[in-house]
Amino acid sequence: MSAADWEAVIGLEIHTQLATKSKIFSGAATAYGAEPNTQACLVDLGYPGVLPVLNAEVVRMACLFGLAIDASIARRSVFARKNYFYPDLPKGYQISQYELPIVERGELWIEGDDGEDKRIGITRAHLEEDAGKSLHEGLQRFSGIDLNRAGTPLIEIVSEPDLRSAREAAAYMRKIHTLVRYLGISDGNMQEGSFRCDANVSVRRRGETALGTRAEIKNLNSFRFVEKAINYEIERQIELLEDGASVVQETRLYDAAKDETRGMRSKEEANDYRYFPDPDLLPVVIDDEFVESLRGSLPELPDAKRRRLVDDYGIRGEDAAIIASNRALADYFEAAARATGAAAQLVANWVTGDLAAALNRDGLDIEASRIGAADLAGLIERIDDATISGKIAKEVFEAMWAGEGSADAIIDARGLRQITDSGAIEAIVDAVIAANPSQVAEYRAGKDKLIGYFVGQVMKETGGKANPAQVNAILRQKLSP
Amino acid sequence: MDAELHQLTLTQLAAGLGRGEFSAVELTRALLGRIERHDGDLNAFVTVTGEQALEAAQRADDARAAGEAGVLNGLPIVHKDIFCTKGVATTCGSRMLEDFVSPYDATVVERLARAGAVVLGKTNMDEFAMGSSNETSYFGPVHNPWDLERSPGGSSGGSAAAVAARLAAAATGTDTGGSIRQPAALTGTVGLKPTYGRVSRYGMIAFASSLDQAGVIARSTADAALLLGVMAGFDPRDSTCIEHPVPDYAAALTAPVRGLRIGIVRQHFDQGLDAGCAAAVREALAVLESQGATLTEVDLPNLDLSVPTYYVVAPAECSSNLSRFDGVRFGHRAADPADLMDLYCRSRGEGFGAEVKRRIMTGTYVLSAGYYDAYYLKAQKVRQLIADDFRHAFEQVDVIAGPTSPTPAFRLGDKTDDPITMYLNDIYTIGANLAGLPAISVPCGFVDDLPVGLHLVGPHFGEETVLRCAHHYEQATEWHAACPEAYR
Amino acid sequence: MSLDKDQVQHIAMLARLRLADEEFAETVDKLSRIVDFVDQLSKAATQDVVPMAHPLDASQRLRPDEVTERDDRDRFQANAPLVRDGLYLVPKVIE
Repeated sequence: MSAADWEAVIGLEIHTQLATKSKIFSGAATAYGAEPNTQACLVDLGYPGVLPVLNAEVVRMACLFGLAIDASIARRSVFARKNYFYPDLPKGYQISQYELPIVERGELWIEGDDGEDKRIGITRAHLEEDAGKSLHEGLQRFSGIDLNRAGTPLIEIVSEPDLRSAREAAAYMRKIHTLVRYLGISDGNMQEGSFRCDANVSVRRRGETALGTRAEIKNLNSFRFVEKAINYEIERQIELLEDGASVVQETRLYDAAKDETRGMRSKEEANDYRYFPDPDLLPVVIDDEFVESLRGSLPELPDAKRRRLVDDYGIRGEDAAIIASNRALADYFEAAARATGAAAQLVANWVTGDLAAALNRDGLDIEASRIGAADLAGLIERIDDATISGKIAKEVFEAMWAGEGSADAIIDARGLRQITDSGAIEAIVDAVIAANPSQVAEYRAGKDKLIGYFVGQVMKETGGKANPAQVNAILRQKLSP
Repeated sequence: MDAELHQLTLTQLAAGLGRGEFSAVELTRALLGRIERHDGDLNAFVTVTGEQALEAAQRADDARAAGEAGVLNGLPIVHKDIFCTKGVATTCGSRMLEDFVSPYDATVVERLARAGAVVLGKTNMDEFAMGSSNETSYFGPVHNPWDLERSPGGSSGGSAAAVAARLAAAATGTDTGGSIRQPAALTGTVGLKPTYGRVSRYGMIAFASSLDQAGVIARSTADAALLLGVMAGFDPRDSTCIEHPVPDYAAALTAPVRGLRIGIVRQHFDQGLDAGCAAAVREALAVLESQGATLTEVDLPNLDLSVPTYYVVAPAECSSNLSRFDGVRFGHRAADPADLMDLYCRSRGEGFGAEVKRRIMTGTYVLSAGYYDAYYLKAQKVRQLIADDFRHAFEQVDVIAGPTSPTPAFRLGDKTDDPITMYLNDIYTIGANLAGLPAISVPCGFVDDLPVGLHLVGPHFGEETVLRCAHHYEQATEWHAACPEAYR
Repeated sequence: MSLDKDQVQHIAMLARLRLADEEFAETVDKLSRIVDFVDQLSKAATQDVVPMAHPLDASQRLRPDEVTERDDRDRFQANAPLVRDGLYLVPKVIE
């Protein structure tokens, strides 16, 4: 049997932390990186007698997400207790949602493996509280529990098992990642754990409709790992089944160093979570008015923005995709494009090129860019009006990035104006020709490629400031026999 | 003066303090003295907060002198040890919390303190409020002041005994299936459980979240009204607390009962009700009739399912509520745990008593895979039926009356063998918890020198009606003034 | 419906309760009696009944997204059985 005889069936469960100031059920802060247990109030600690009260912002964010994925917003949803014992779960239960989640039956479109648009169903998205963290190193025979994270609001997004490859899974995960940041409901920071993914993977013979036994791979915190882990798992399962063995339904962890998944060492008893509606919380009732006003506040979503950037600005699809993947970046691009008469594609090139490189190099987000959109537009304007060449512009860009001022200020300060006076260029060309008789002879004998050498010499004489097109034209004219 | 101070009700004490007949400090001293003399026999207290009480009493006297007396200024009360009290031990009657000192005050505690009340101590109770006899406490059983060999009822047994023995003028309690009203009946005191959501549960250690309510044990309906007025009201820290205006309960007491429609549940008098109790209750109803109330028979068809319903819902909720007691952040921790499982199982095994463990396991069972539908879900449906029965009944009557307890106080040790026998103690009181209704027990007579209680239930937020009815009955009788001989 | 020893063992495990050997038999007996007792519920006709969510049928109130609690770690950890460097300690957990 070959791999082509098998079909992978994948569903993703994504947990993303909602970017609220306070926790879902208490008024403690949610900021990342605080000293252990300094952001865990009595409610978060599960002290005797304390009670949960729901954060309004969490409801708004969940509903906003639901609208963005065209889902049903439940007019009545219920919190349920998921009961199990673990040290990072102070109450011995997690407040989550079970039978009546706040969002159901949504969808997201990705580019399928066949290049066509593919609909991925989203079964549900529900609210729950995050658990704390366990530290296992450096405490000898103990583990240390930090409950700062306990009570941070999470939204769990469950996809239908519509994904058919690791590639599709990564694409879906990226789409969700972009969307939650777009909506401003999560910072999607995978290093800090605010965006986590579990994958349910099974295989079946092509043509079969029944689902195979699935394994769950937990806590994949990068797009790359998701793809690698799923690919490994698919292969592992196919091998097992081809050997006549069966897949065990279990939870597995991905080992990035070895690029493999393995079953979790502590073989837990199948957990009986004994879900029941939390009696300390009442049903969350949402009315049509609320939903409609929220709908009005939805920002332009990534796909629509991508299409509009192409339609309105005429930029290439690939560039539009990159720019649209980050709402702040898209806003930046549009501001810059509108502030200059130059072609939007030129702006797009700079934004996806030098600007992106500089941001990356310095580890900055677009919001922290050292060059504002208007200023970048100013620089591009000077390229467009031939004040400077594209090459010089890069120098100006770096100077602007270093804080030396606007494009104009730097061009003046460093005397970088392009030389466009044909008389001046002609004089220099004449000098270069006079200084390089053998190369002139070779060129005239047919070595056309030497034009580059002459251009280089002229550029050297002019400190790179001569207009390249003019230099080229004048050289060719003067060099022709 | 001293010899009589402890006999005065809360209302009478307030008046006396107001007239400057005695000070809060004198009053507190007198009661602390009584506690010292008598609590050895009763075991009603887990912690006596003598020093704090005298300080609070002094502050009360100072406030009064400055013209800033709160409505409960200087009045001596005790808190059931289920309410978190800042800086003071809060044990919930359990080894699990034996050394637990709460870092915060329950809302109820805060409100009463702000009104000027003086807290004499924390009272003994059935462990984690699970019991009807105050025999499951880690700190030993409470004895009934009317007969030291008998139970005062539970789970607020310590609060009821303290009030009945005149060691405090009033007490807070909690009621999940009858835990205020039944001990009140068995000790000849007034016990009031408000509408679910009337009083904040914040800081009240949870047993069964959808049934628990904080309430009052006192020696008169006026006293109960006074305390309820301070305890009741919206608290943003409790999501189940309802925003509903708090009326002047004291003013409502005197409105007439003429024309009040009282419902009698026929089934109540069928069950295993002690004949003496039945007679006392019937007499009480006759008194109310003579005051102008009308008696009608009402039907609560699903009544006989209320105890089984309760014993599914309450354990289910408590099994989850008590999971937080794991030896990690507070409470009892087993010595030298071998691993995490050992830490949990031994800490909880050692920290909890037998009844608590049984209820946790019952709850775990009825929520577990395969049983949830048949038990928990089913019980919540039957509960709705029971609530509907009450609603229909209240279309015809204003108050439903009956006995509070099937028997007067029973001997300690009598009912501990069969859990079901103990559970059936709650047969008259449980319906009000399931439906979230306000209910009160008032003394209505004696059987073999042991007190009997009359039980009145009202519709949601019908505390005024229930208090009014109880008050008029009280005014026409002397039962509430009776005091056990040893405590006069 | 009576419970057998294995069931009770399983329930005790789920609830993380260690029962002493002496306690065990008694617990099986008493739990069985309780379960028998509550089995009465099956005779109720509850076809179209909506299970009760709250006795007063209220809905959840929302609170504004504000930080209202400040760090009080030392005071809270005064009750903790075992703490080091601000962390609650438990026997090492191997994942």
